[in-house]
Amino acid sequence: MTLTVSDLTCTRSTRTIFSGMSFAVHAGEAVLLRGPNGAGKSTLLRVLAGMIPAEGRIDLNGQALADGRDAVQEQITYAGHLDAIKPQLTVGENLAFWARLFDGDTLVGAKEKFALADIWDRPAHACSAGQKRRLGLARLLVTKRPLWLLDEPTVSLDTATVTQFAKIVTEHCAQGGMALIATHIDLGLDSAREIHMPADQTGTPPSNDPFLSGDWA
Amino acid sequence: MSAAFALLMRELRLALRSGGGAGLGLAFFLIVIMLIPFGIGPAPALLAKIAPGTLWIAALLACLLSLDRLFQADFEDGTLDILTLSPLPLEALVAIKALAHWLTTGLPLVIAAPVLGLTLNLPDQAYWWLVISLAVGTPALSFLGAIGAALTVGIRRGGLLLSLLVLPLYIPTLIFGARCVSAAAENTAVLPAFQLLSGVTLFTLALAPIAAAAAIRMHMR
Repeated sequence: MTLTVSDLTCTRSTRTIFSGMSFAVHAGEAVLLRGPNGAGKSTLLRVLAGMIPAEGRIDLNGQALADGRDAVQEQITYAGHLDAIKPQLTVGENLAFWARLFDGDTLVGAKEKFALADIWDRPAHACSAGQKRRLGLARLLVTKRPLWLLDEPTVSLDTATVTQFAKIVTEHCAQGGMALIATHIDLGLDSAREIHMPADQTGTPPSNDPFLSGDWA
Repeated sequence: MSAAFALLMRELRLALRSGGGAGLGLAFFLIVIMLIPFGIGPAPALLAKIAPGTLWIAALLACLLSLDRLFQADFEDGTLDILTLSPLPLEALVAIKALAHWLTTGLPLVIAAPVLGLTLNLPDQAYWWLVISLAVGTPALSFLGAIGAALTVGIRRGGLLLSLLVLPLYIPTLIFGARCVSAAAENTAVLPAFQLLSGVTLFTLALAPIAAAAAIRMHMR
């Protein structure tokens, strides 16, 4: 199982977010995505998840994203800035829904690993930000997908949970999984390779729209 | 199949919990119809004449009321991103969400309509056709609405735009639905209007999931 990215360029409304990205992630590997704010880390993860189109080539296991989006997407689970939690449902109902939707009726130890047992029957709107994040990350386990795309997964987690989370990522990789993690902190994944994304140098090109530049007046 | 069932159950549960808005359409329908006799005055013959059209217009607007949250809530909390990665095709997802909208909004209207027909002095022979025409017609309202909701997902306060997009599409359903009931009230042939109403609904059920899924895909990029 390998994720191969070659010469990936993403342009959104005339601004180049990143260009010429090439890298590979192999089975059993956790790769950290580093770079300053605005470097395009989140965009890259969304491109890899097939949610944003980009130029270049993305292959997962030799299957190109452009040719078989569904086949590639069914290998991926994504955790972004939003936790995808319904506040009206309890913690247990939220997680059980994701488990059933992704064809896995079992919760594969997600409840224990993310210490959700104590808040299992609590409505999600009554949970703290860190508890919601734990619930959002617990989804990674129940979806049982090999490639994890994580966008700053440790935001609002306490240090003990960050350590526990690093352990979970390591376990996932030990079982042949892969993780691509955009983060600013030291997760404690010693063996993890790092990919650096350069800062946004291009800036926003001057608009040639006369209305925006004021030339029309 | 279990994935589809899980999604349907979640949609129903969310709609019925506080803030879900399942009662919104029904309450609106009740209020509008209860107010009509006060506004028009107690003229049984006039009320009986306007009853079919009024019931249908109120049901249509009640359906429209909760549509803007159909995909917007999922878009705002990131659920839509995860749903697109799920094993369910986006078309199935749209169909299930529209079905859940009908079950929580359209179906209560169908059940409440005969009672409200009474307050508008609807002629006796039209009651069955009121229920049948609403039961057949309101699914089209939910599914057409799904197209509008998909097109306006990500637009803040998109409710007005949604109404403008969807109302023209509702007109055939309104015409044939109301015509079914008024034809029954006038003891004329109901079937021509009913067949056209059914045709519009079947066409919508087949087309709307594809159109709405395409609109959501456009939005993802």
